[in-house]
Amino acid sequence: MEISANTQSVAYLISAILFILALKGLTHPASARRGNYLGMAGMALAIFATLFGSEVQSYGFIVAGVAAGGLIGTVLAARVEMTAMPQLVAALHSFVGMAAVLVAIGTYLNHDAAGTLNPVMMGELSAGIIIGAITFSGSVVAFAKLQGLVSGAPVKFKGQHMLNGLLGIVTIALGIHFGMSESMTSLVLMTLLAFVLGFTLIIPIGGADMPVIISMLNSYSGWAAAATGFTLGNLLLIIVGALVGFSGAILSFIMCRAMNRSIINVVFGGFGSDSGGDVSAVGQAAQKGVKSASVDDAIYWMEDAGKVIIVPGYGMAVAQAQHALKEMMELLEERDVEVKFAIHPVAGRMPGHMNVLLAEADIPYDHVLEMDEINPEFPTSDVTLVVGANDVVNPAAKSDSSSPIYGMPILDASKSRQVYFLKRSMSPGYSGVDNLLFYQDNTSLIFGDAKDTIEGMVSALKGGGH
Amino acid sequence: MPDTLVALYVFVLSCFIGYWVIWGVTPSLHTPLVALTNAISGIIIVGALLVTGLESVGTAAEIFGFIAVLLASINVFGGFLVTNRMLAMFKKKDK
Repeated sequence: MEISANTQSVAYLISAILFILALKGLTHPASARRGNYLGMAGMALAIFATLFGSEVQSYGFIVAGVAAGGLIGTVLAARVEMTAMPQLVAALHSFVGMAAVLVAIGTYLNHDAAGTLNPVMMGELSAGIIIGAITFSGSVVAFAKLQGLVSGAPVKFKGQHMLNGLLGIVTIALGIHFGMSESMTSLVLMTLLAFVLGFTLIIPIGGADMPVIISMLNSYSGWAAAATGFTLGNLLLIIVGALVGFSGAILSFIMCRAMNRSIINVVFGGFGSDSGGDVSAVGQAAQKGVKSASVDDAIYWMEDAGKVIIVPGYGMAVAQAQHALKEMMELLEERDVEVKFAIHPVAGRMPGHMNVLLAEADIPYDHVLEMDEINPEFPTSDVTLVVGANDVVNPAAKSDSSSPIYGMPILDASKSRQVYFLKRSMSPGYSGVDNLLFYQDNTSLIFGDAKDTIEGMVSALKGGGH
Repeated sequence: MPDTLVALYVFVLSCFIGYWVIWGVTPSLHTPLVALTNAISGIIIVGALLVTGLESVGTAAEIFGFIAVLLASINVFGGFLVTNRMLAMFKKKDK
């Protein structure tokens, strides 16, 4: 069976509409799954329309590739732990990047053999390769950092920006030379340099900035697809590439806004690198020391509370404390305590990371509130329990203009009647900034593993409390 | 209008659609959004199919195309399925 080019175009259009509706479905959790199915339908339609088009004539490699890739993808999706979602996403981004590079090179080889190369196409090819290669190696670095294969700390050296700038310029120059000369050498060199550039661009960025980096690489993978669409003259690739590219760009913007930093600052800045010895408000507060409390102290306040707000952070993910939290939530609700979860946009290692972990633990999504929704509720809460979060509740962001996180919007945990901090140790957050909230009169720290502590609370509540 | 310009029109208008649609996504679903866009960017598979399936394709291009089909398939299958798995977990309180 073979379909005409016109039929194929119509199929692509329907597919594009299905993708737009798929993204639209994510407006609300209730419509999200349907959205995902529409996306699947769009993809299936696009693939079949391509396969039955006149251009595709040999199927052996295609069937093998789809079968193997489909199997690997299915197993990955079924097996991955929810806490490892950022790594999976980084890995998948790298695949899109690499696929874009390979498609561009394959297109070059095919057109070179047919003698149908032209400068416009070669320019588009170069763009596809450069973006794809940066997406690939950048995502590999992000994956390695998230997986703990390399240190998550920012890696900085002198002349870093200069090196990146130089690499960028040479890469583009090679692309232009390739476009004018059709030189294979320039093409290969350009590709290699773009891979190096992706590496050197992402390696200086620290773990706490990963939500921005994941979003940014998400965006790049979209632009890579769009560039491929330009090369192949395929409008579907262009539409989808633009949608994905913008999605990632908007997420990056939201993440940056939530840290009160510009994207330039995240990409080129690196957080907490300069530890100036300024004795600020935090330093003065630190003189007072911190109060530590036991599980029983916290339970004493929580079991009779009207409202308890829980602030989860990356530490909750590391300790895998979400299931224990769910149990605690239920026990408290049995005692007519209102329990809510407060999520800061950059909590965790990727956008929305905490929401997924809480959903995994069966915590209903209407208990989980975003920063703007929950902030007015802190003054009326009896207890705020901070589980593995730090910078996102640091009042220094509001009061201490010398603090590196000054101006970052925060969760107003400090306005709660009582604040309990679950902490492993006194180490500061990822920004390297000490937390003013530790030293507040209504704050107590409970030291230990977050999961053990919450489980301790659960058994105390089960034992009838006090 | 030349094809490249048509492509540019489509690209720019799609950017606007992307802008409006994505701002509507609820923050609690940002992780599924990243996973879904990841799956959708697997659309690069169309390019991979076109490269690999060409009748007169050379061996080198065929191998590049094969790897591209493989990688893009991992994205398509892995991306959609993991999104589905995540979305299945988002429940309202109804017990």
